[in-house]
Amino acid sequence: MAFWNEKLETMPREDLEKMQLELIKAKVREMYGVSDFFRKKMESAGLTPDDIKTFEDFRKIPFMRKSDLRDNYPDGLFVRPYDDLVRIHVSSGTTGKPTVVGYTKNDLDNWTESLARGMTSFGMTHKDVMQNCHGYGLFTGGLGVHYGAERIGATVLPTSTGNTARQIQLMCDIPVTAIAGTPSYMFHIADVCDQKGIDIRRDTKLHLAIAGGEPWSESMRKKLQDRTGIRVHNCYGASEFYGPMFLECSEQCGLHVWADLCYMEILDENGNPCKDGERGEIVVTMLKKEAFPLIRYKIGDISALDWTRCRCGRTHPRLMRISGRTDDMLVVRGVNVFPSQIESVIGELPFLSPFYHITLENANYMDSMTVAVELSEDYLTEDTVEIAKMSSELSRRLKDVLNIKADVRLELPGTLERFEGKANHVTDNRSYD
Amino acid sequence: MMSDDGLITQLSIFVNNEPGRLAYIASVLKDCGINMHAFNLAESADFGILRAVVDDPEGSYSKLKAKGIIVKKTEVIGVLIEDTPGALFKAADVFGKAGINIEYGYAYSGKKASVFYIRVSDPGKAVEVLRQNGVRIMSSGEIRWGI
Repeated sequence: MAFWNEKLETMPREDLEKMQLELIKAKVREMYGVSDFFRKKMESAGLTPDDIKTFEDFRKIPFMRKSDLRDNYPDGLFVRPYDDLVRIHVSSGTTGKPTVVGYTKNDLDNWTESLARGMTSFGMTHKDVMQNCHGYGLFTGGLGVHYGAERIGATVLPTSTGNTARQIQLMCDIPVTAIAGTPSYMFHIADVCDQKGIDIRRDTKLHLAIAGGEPWSESMRKKLQDRTGIRVHNCYGASEFYGPMFLECSEQCGLHVWADLCYMEILDENGNPCKDGERGEIVVTMLKKEAFPLIRYKIGDISALDWTRCRCGRTHPRLMRISGRTDDMLVVRGVNVFPSQIESVIGELPFLSPFYHITLENANYMDSMTVAVELSEDYLTEDTVEIAKMSSELSRRLKDVLNIKADVRLELPGTLERFEGKANHVTDNRSYD
Repeated sequence: MMSDDGLITQLSIFVNNEPGRLAYIASVLKDCGINMHAFNLAESADFGILRAVVDDPEGSYSKLKAKGIIVKKTEVIGVLIEDTPGALFKAADVFGKAGINIEYGYAYSGKKASVFYIRVSDPGKAVEVLRQNGVRIMSSGEIRWGI
């Protein structure tokens, strides 16, 4: 069994926790000095850095939420000047305002370290050639995974997203052994291979995969592995952390959450810590993040943490599969989508009424999203060319804001269901069985 | 109410794209005692539009509205066309030469005459040009009389 950083990865739990507490205390002290936002949070709870001596003390610090990111858009939560930054990534936010994340050189280094450990843990080495189907650009997936693979000396084929025919051509022609992307895209690749009469086992050297960026399940993993012969490893992260960060080892029994980089709490509905293995809300503190620190950040995902030592020998806690969200965020083809973003687009177009409904499907595990919106009575016209224009304008605006394509359906006034209480704007028919 | 501006009020009835909707609309038309002289079913990607020339557009409009049907009024022109080969060419040629753009149209072929109902970008101008060129245009009164 190979390790990237064996001493650290196999350190006893008590030593790890001791290290975590020291890092927490130092981060709290630093942040209290440099971040007005954080100092105000502390003051609102009547706390100073001297009050934080134990994990229990730390839990008194108020949470940081997505709304804090929105309220401080774009860079109000950065604690380093732009001079110190070497990279900026941007992901979708809640109401039209994206989340902007800055990175120092050390931030990139720790992010990359996290992925290098993870890749090594499932057997990737410098001998592997990894095709990276994650999007390169503002999205963290492409560059994050790219740097991680390069760190361990693997060869990266940066295909990014799209053009599946070319992706398949390349994985046949170049000795690609590993692939990274969303699980749904891997299913799509498998489908297209079938259509083209390509047998992944026979025609490629692929045997390892990193799949993440969207919800998926054990049964999907089994199907994908049985179909392709590729060992598929789950991946978890978020742009607020750094990007994709935590991977599964070859045992495939949970994501190794590096305790020297991240202090992860799992809390019940009352904000109390859950027992090992019990599901609750994930709260993240990044212990070494410099430009855009996260302290007690509610990412909105639900899962459980297991501190029992992994069969691979690693001692860091393992995060189980994400089983839900605490908010209304949807993950569609690996992209975070908030109904509020769709609502804001609809609000800006005068020809639409405020009534809308989002439907999600995933035939062959490929997500599709349909946005149905009622036309406003005044703009309803019998001119079909005009209707088509309105439809394409909505479609284009949604693509601009969401970064993914949504199917658009214009409805007649008064046809969508009205809700008396809290409106139910989403029907998610996706199945992960 | 007769008018001689050559324009006919067409009703555009909006129909959801779901099975049974057209039958429902048809039953409402029946219940309201609305007689359609000619109609056409247009479709956008999102919903259908039943465009109809009826006996009494204003009255029918109010009746449909009262029944909760989404309906709009549009001005169209009824071009009377002889039931002989080349008759359509005669009318179309006038439009072409006058630079009038037809958005859509549908035909009705009756016992006494055939009518080509058209929607154009500038109906007022179209009527003028057609009349100048001796093309016969139907008045709204003629629909009620039956042709």
